[in-house]
Amino acid sequence: MMALVGAGFLFVGALFMLLAAVGVLRMPDLFTRMQASTKAATLGVGCILLGVTLHFDTLAVTTRALAVIAFVFLTAPVAAHMIARAAYFVGVPLWEGTVIDELRGHYNRETHTLGSPSHLAGQPAAGHREPEPDASDNA
Amino acid sequence: MTMSGLATEVVLLALAMLGAALFLAFARLVRGPSLPDRVVALDLLSTVAVGFTSAFAVVSGQLVYLDVAIVLALIAFLGTVAFARYTEKGSPPQ
Repeated sequence: MMALVGAGFLFVGALFMLLAAVGVLRMPDLFTRMQASTKAATLGVGCILLGVTLHFDTLAVTTRALAVIAFVFLTAPVAAHMIARAAYFVGVPLWEGTVIDELRGHYNRETHTLGSPSHLAGQPAAGHREPEPDASDNA
Repeated sequence: MTMSGLATEVVLLALAMLGAALFLAFARLVRGPSLPDRVVALDLLSTVAVGFTSAFAVVSGQLVYLDVAIVLALIAFLGTVAFARYTEKGSPPQ
């Protein structure tokens, strides 16, 4: 019975990972792809390791599985944030259906720090190539 | 470690799904237009590999594969951080 529950967790975790992979392949731009991959894949790893724990049901396995879960849950957001930040600085284009980019004009390109637009006035806009105000939606 | 028939089938199905996920992530790695796209695909690839290794530990009954999963998770994080740092700091000034 316990093995069946563990197998069920494994299946659910594999399903989440498959959905993450489909999202990475099908989503329109980098940032939407990243939110598909990071969250779903992290949840998938958690489910799979929970299934492994239930299947073996020994202290050695439980310790290792919990260690992996804790590590992945701690590092996945950090890694995703670093990629997103780097991609924003490099100027990876947003999806043309994007409604709002709240970071536009807030990054200082020289020092790579945040600031208000008035504070950064006169400096080159960081991140994305500043789109023309009226014709920005057909890039 | 023997499993009942149904549990074995379900775990094998999960392994097949993880293999399909690896394939899809690899497709994005090949296609992905920019460098950060490829880094995201590589990150997902290693995360799926961690899950695959853990699931394979169940199929084979060998606990050693869990250690492999631990090391893979550590290396994957370091690789992603290194790529992100290279992308942000190493790019030529525009």
